[in-house]
Amino acid sequence: MTTMAPMQRGAIDPNSRLRAVITGWVLIGLAVLAAAVFGLDSAGNATFRLTLPRDLVPLPNLVVPAAPFAYFVSAILAFLGVRQFLRGGARWSSLSLGIGLMLAVAAFLVWTAAGKSFSLTGMLESTLVRAVPIALGGLAGVLSERVGVVNIGIEGMLLAGAFAGAVVGSLAGGYAGLAAAVAVGGLFGFLLAALVVTHRVDQIVAGVAINVFVLGLTSYVTSQVLTKYRFLNDAPVFRPIPIPYLSDLPVVGPVLFRQNIFVYGALIMVALATYYLFHTRHGLRARAVGEHPEAADTLGLNVFRIRYVNVTIGGMVAGFGGAWFTLGSVGRFDEGMTGGRGFIGLAAMIFGRWHPVGALMAALVFGFADSLQQKLAILQTPIPSEFLAMAPYIATIVLVAGLIGRARAPAADGKPYIKD
Amino acid sequence: MSEAGPATNLQGDLLKRAVTTRNDVEEIFLVPVLVVAVAIVLGGLIMLATGIAPSRIGIAFAALFTGSVGSIGALSETLTAATPVTLAALGVALAFRAGLFNIGAEGQILMGGMAATIVGFAVTGLPPLLHVTLALLAAALVGALWGALAGWLKAATGAHEVITTIMLNLISFRLVDYLLRTPPVQRAGRADPISETILPSAELPRILTAIDPNLRIHAGFLIAVVLVFAIHFLLFRTTRGFEFRAAGLNPDAARYAGMRSGLIVVIVMAIAGGLAGLAGANQILGVLDRASPGFSSNIGFDAIAVALLGRSHPVGVLFAGLLFGALEAGGRQMQVSAAVSIDLIAIIQALIIVFIAAPALVRFLFPFAFGKEARR
Repeated sequence: MTTMAPMQRGAIDPNSRLRAVITGWVLIGLAVLAAAVFGLDSAGNATFRLTLPRDLVPLPNLVVPAAPFAYFVSAILAFLGVRQFLRGGARWSSLSLGIGLMLAVAAFLVWTAAGKSFSLTGMLESTLVRAVPIALGGLAGVLSERVGVVNIGIEGMLLAGAFAGAVVGSLAGGYAGLAAAVAVGGLFGFLLAALVVTHRVDQIVAGVAINVFVLGLTSYVTSQVLTKYRFLNDAPVFRPIPIPYLSDLPVVGPVLFRQNIFVYGALIMVALATYYLFHTRHGLRARAVGEHPEAADTLGLNVFRIRYVNVTIGGMVAGFGGAWFTLGSVGRFDEGMTGGRGFIGLAAMIFGRWHPVGALMAALVFGFADSLQQKLAILQTPIPSEFLAMAPYIATIVLVAGLIGRARAPAADGKPYIKD
Repeated sequence: MSEAGPATNLQGDLLKRAVTTRNDVEEIFLVPVLVVAVAIVLGGLIMLATGIAPSRIGIAFAALFTGSVGSIGALSETLTAATPVTLAALGVALAFRAGLFNIGAEGQILMGGMAATIVGFAVTGLPPLLHVTLALLAAALVGALWGALAGWLKAATGAHEVITTIMLNLISFRLVDYLLRTPPVQRAGRADPISETILPSAELPRILTAIDPNLRIHAGFLIAVVLVFAIHFLLFRTTRGFEFRAAGLNPDAARYAGMRSGLIVVIVMAIAGGLAGLAGANQILGVLDRASPGFSSNIGFDAIAVALLGRSHPVGVLFAGLLFGALEAGGRQMQVSAAVSIDLIAIIQALIIVFIAAPALVRFLFPFAFGKEARR
């Protein structure tokens, strides 16, 4: 945590000490899990396929002996856990936990794939694809919460974007559909801003209202109109655009450089948003409005306008993310098809500590869990896939509760600004 | 907000005393009535925009009316639909009063409903009254624990209840999916996610079968009405209720006055969750007889709208719940008679939330309906 760094170097902060101890116990627990469950239970080798059928450069399969790997991971986890209790362990909490969780996931993968063959590249590819709507939802949240507006309505904005993308895309082609999705998302962003900034409606109530309204409206029009006129719900799907040369690289090529416009768009938007928020004058102003609107106002900034602009842009980002559901994957709209991705985006935003890159990273983790869940159903592991699907939500609660690290929202988040 | 207006009748007096922040007759009666009217008119415009002929819109509105209050059967459907949403909204309203935003009613309904289902089919050999009571208590207890979890997280760590209850909702969706696919709960011989049917002894008895055996209204409605007044008593006639409201109006002042704010948060969320759990039990024991995915059918989110519309006052919540029950029952009739999708009702409900939350919009639309002071 950057904000607490000076404090840690000086006196011993009791909170970080406690966190170090909790982290230590978590790591030791993972070590026991890795040894007792993954180690004892696995036999044979786990085979990971690194090449997809159409790749130019074939790589050999990665073969990992399952049981030895589990014990190896367990040893490292135990080492990391024990060192949390030693002097100065607090400084290593976050890093140790990050490495520990990655190792635990690797051990879990080897355990599930023991004795079977498993396409690692395919899974990484689908991780990125599944992360797109979550990352864009999270980015929409970052943009609006950085100016102090809580956006619970991301789910509704995604759904509105998906719907507009499908209908306009069916009528006027993919790019028109994409533009319409962005415009409709922006419209709902503007609506949220109008409700909470101008009319000072409770921000959570306004977000809930947007969610209910969009779900009702899209479901109503789908069952009332789209089922009758099927040509309105038959949009073209954006195909992957391979980037010359780069897409031929092994593993990295198919994962990063053979994707459709939504994956590239999400990555570019995260980069742009980071630059905007942290390296431009406007971004500084936006963050000032989110932290201390009175001070920003005193310095001559137009708090209302800045909130309007950023929340609307956030809505546009969510609209783009919504188009992924229709134009980016199946080409048709189904009632309630976003299925809570907007809320996971909200979780990704909190996980990413209100930073665009952080939100993207969290979205990748959630996308990985999502894609792992699909794979588990195929591999038939003893763990029910529902529990894996819960993991991101449980992790979010743990993070929000500050049991392991704490996420801090912008100071003025959720508070309406009343100009005297 | 406007100054206190003169209370015109006994009920107005009651509500005026009760609602401490917006003690104004216009606020309490006129705004909700106008809001509902505007939302329904806008619903008509949406039907027009989606190419439904005006004559069919007329049929739709007529069906909305006859399907909700047009006959004894319709009234029974309205009350049946109003029961769970009223119960859940009571919990949301109580939390609002204590300054907490319980978005988690949906998950608490699911958890409570599953508890009622499991007790309903797994416990055998009990006399009817005892069995149904046990199932209701199990639902209330599980819902209360699910709600109290969010409350405890807030009290112990400061985790915002909006985030935790959203996450608990999502967790409960998956948990219910899992339970419905796992044998003791999943109906024997079925591959799809559906629970065993509850035993007849666990069913909430229908109360108007003497008039017509098809009337679905069940004892759950009576429970809801009793709880409305119980929560009213708790909020406005007990020390604990005073503490709840004090914590909602000014948490710092409440803390300085020696109230244990952490404990209040946990208790309020537990009661809210328990009420939502009872709402879930009502759906299972009174209407569905079994659980299937999504049996909560958005009641938890409708409850937020009902609590807002009812101004977080138990009696107001009862009336708002009846209105939503009427919309639900009438909407079903509308779908049958005029072939207008019931999703229109969701749009109308969302519009109600927006307008209730932004009273300035209503004042803007109807400037003539309000006194000069209120128009500011």
